[in-house]
Amino acid sequence: MPITDIDRLIQMLAKLPGLGPRSARRAALSLINNPDAVMRPLALALTTAADNVKACSICGNLDTTETCAICTDTRRDGLLICVVEQVGDLWALERSATYSGHYHVLGGVLAPLDGIGPDDLAIDALVARAKNSDVTEIILATSATVDGRTTAHYISERLEGFVAKITVLAHGIPVGGELDYLDDGTLAAALRDRHTV
Amino acid sequence: MDWSDTGIVLAARKHGETSVIVSLLTAAHGRHLGLVRGGAGRRARGVYETGNVVSAIWKARLEEHLGGYSCELTRAVAAEHLDHPLRLAGLSALAAVTEAALPEREPHEALFGQFARLIDDMTSGNWMRDYVAFEMELLTEMGFGLDLSECAATGATDDLIYVSPKSGRAVSRAGGAPYKGKLLPLPAFLAGAGAIDDGLPGAVDVMDGLTLTGYFLERHVFVHRRGGAPAARQRFIDRLAKSDTISRR
Repeated sequence: MPITDIDRLIQMLAKLPGLGPRSARRAALSLINNPDAVMRPLALALTTAADNVKACSICGNLDTTETCAICTDTRRDGLLICVVEQVGDLWALERSATYSGHYHVLGGVLAPLDGIGPDDLAIDALVARAKNSDVTEIILATSATVDGRTTAHYISERLEGFVAKITVLAHGIPVGGELDYLDDGTLAAALRDRHTV
Repeated sequence: MDWSDTGIVLAARKHGETSVIVSLLTAAHGRHLGLVRGGAGRRARGVYETGNVVSAIWKARLEEHLGGYSCELTRAVAAEHLDHPLRLAGLSALAAVTEAALPEREPHEALFGQFARLIDDMTSGNWMRDYVAFEMELLTEMGFGLDLSECAATGATDDLIYVSPKSGRAVSRAGGAPYKGKLLPLPAFLAGAGAIDDGLPGAVDVMDGLTLTGYFLERHVFVHRRGGAPAARQRFIDRLAKSDTISRR
């Protein structure tokens, strides 16, 4: 049986994160029922994004220009670099609106079992940035996982001597968290990093 | 089919969007894989960190199926070492070597016991010596144990300071003198000449021990593995070599 255009649309939609075959069918139906309001603008947006979006040549963030809006923003603190695993982490920090420095996207973490080594990440580019600029602090905002922290330790070793201050994010009780529901590791970390009120 | 056992998380690979395939080192069932539905979710993610001890229940329709795990965290080992670069590197190396070396579903109770003791004692000064001892035990369990009881050349049982890279047997100072450039150094704590402490000679001994086990692991266990020994092991050695005690050798 030949694959119809609708089947192909459903198949493509089902490849997106968060969508299984059933929800892809619902999305496809919704698109088909709203061709002018949703489907054609979506197709245009997809084509435009595919043609124009690229990784920033400095930090690895996604933007439509060679150098992203964050790197070119003169109001941001150029002496601070926050190192994140993925662009999604950068967006999360931007959403928090508490950080106004620059970023560096690694593109993942060291994962020996998956064969991801230092050469597969943008670590050399980070070291080069640290060497050739007046950066005073690098914040390693990798995940609080074994791979994430291993990557942070590896990077801090590579940056030794190039930056005055290398920091990592704290980990402990989340805002709104109740002690009773926290895992032992988080509780231990929170207790270890306690501070005076 | 179902069983319950204590397991140590060796690896967790994402499967689809929300599930993970977890590899556990269990006491009675060896290295055993299983699917954890929802294991990549926000609440469960922390449970499947390398080195964590879990109480696991494995269920499958047939024994040869991958099956599914449901795990409860017993001890969050990974969290204890996240801020200690050398210990974290050691924990990663320990899990990666075990994951890469052990065949699936083959019980190795002695090895499990040694692994569990090692992660229990990782805050003590002698954990690196125990790491080398673990790799020695791993070689033995894989059928490539080293014979360090007597000199391969003279039969002497004291002053054993080398290991023959060919036979894996100990060689004494006198017996190995003509070939000492070709022999591997045997650290004192492996020859049974006394345990090492936290001091300088101990750290150097650990490095010699890792060179020794690394040689035989590469030759016998990882010979058919693409890329040889796991990269995490080399990173642990690199970090150890950069630590003050070793660089002052």
